[in-house]
Amino acid sequence: MIWDALTQLAQKNSLLVAFVFVGIAMWFSYQLSKRLTYGWMHGSAIAITIGLLLAYVGGVSTGGNKGLADVGLLGGIAIMGGGMFRDFAIVATAFGVHLDDLKKAGFVGSFSVIIGVLLSFTVGALVALAFGYTDPVVITTIGAGAATYIVGPVTGAALGASSDIIALSIAAGLVKSILVMIVTPLVAKRVGLDNPSAAMIYGGLMGTTSGVSGGLAATDPKLVPYGAMTATFYTGAGCLLAPSLLFLIVKAFAS
Amino acid sequence: MVIYGVAILAACTLGGLFLGDLLGQALNVQANVGGVGFAMLFLILLANLPKKYFNIDVMSREGVAFWSSMYIPIIVAMAAKQDVVTAVASGTVAIIAGVLAVAASFAMIPVLMRFVIDKEGGGT
Repeated sequence: MIWDALTQLAQKNSLLVAFVFVGIAMWFSYQLSKRLTYGWMHGSAIAITIGLLLAYVGGVSTGGNKGLADVGLLGGIAIMGGGMFRDFAIVATAFGVHLDDLKKAGFVGSFSVIIGVLLSFTVGALVALAFGYTDPVVITTIGAGAATYIVGPVTGAALGASSDIIALSIAAGLVKSILVMIVTPLVAKRVGLDNPSAAMIYGGLMGTTSGVSGGLAATDPKLVPYGAMTATFYTGAGCLLAPSLLFLIVKAFAS
Repeated sequence: MVIYGVAILAACTLGGLFLGDLLGQALNVQANVGGVGFAMLFLILLANLPKKYFNIDVMSREGVAFWSSMYIPIIVAMAAKQDVVTAVASGTVAIIAGVLAVAASFAMIPVLMRFVIDKEGGGT
């Protein structure tokens, strides 16, 4: 009886349950950071990694595609971690942005978006080639998926790729975005990702909004708005270039 | 008042996303182009307006600061709802394409940093 009442309450107030759950996860992560790694690994980096691990556990146990949010009482995670709150919070971080910092890397930042799309696309297309795919539609769709998991399916749909290839391109984008979240804090120092200009270039090169926002949160939250500023143009640029210009190039090479 | 800050933030976000949607339609792409970026620009411009035109008082600032400090928990929730199973089980093509794309992009950061015009300050 008490259990029924509790489940009903949790379902009616799912967002509040998510706040409590994430709060506990954050506390746990910061304790781990302090006691186990003596601050070497940032608490937020641990929290994001734990989030991804829990998403895996949730996905395996429910068979759904929303990670932990598919687990009965934790549906609120999908609202709290959904696009609306994410965008809202990213925009809020811009309050401390200095216009001069934006201008300093403005040109290279916008340039990096184009380079980023071309680079990821080329890598993805070459991998497709290496695995024996010869159909230009397939190569283009997989290349687009290596850009982001939105560019992939948009391109695939525009070119009429089969659904298993579209699924493959989404998977490539997912791998990229999750990897960016995990790897960024580990390699940030080595690639010089410690200032607003580098963050703008990083955002433009990576392009995946979730990867970039997670990666910078785990590295240095002050850099978030700079990375997000350029990353926000990436998916659009990819959807513009991949099914048109890049497809024509691939087709020319393939024939 | 705190709600003024939250309202300004929400209005900027909505305005930016709307502009991004319009731009996406104009370019004939099925995606939002730069919505979050425009929203951030609106907020930055508002915050930098001369005080006599637009003065965000201390309490209004707190409305924005609160959501800014909620950023990391929201990102943790976002991480917890990712489709990690699909990514892990996706097979070699997807994994190799994703891994190499990330590696190549990271390697490009130091290269592009050479083109930053003004390297003074900011610790570069």
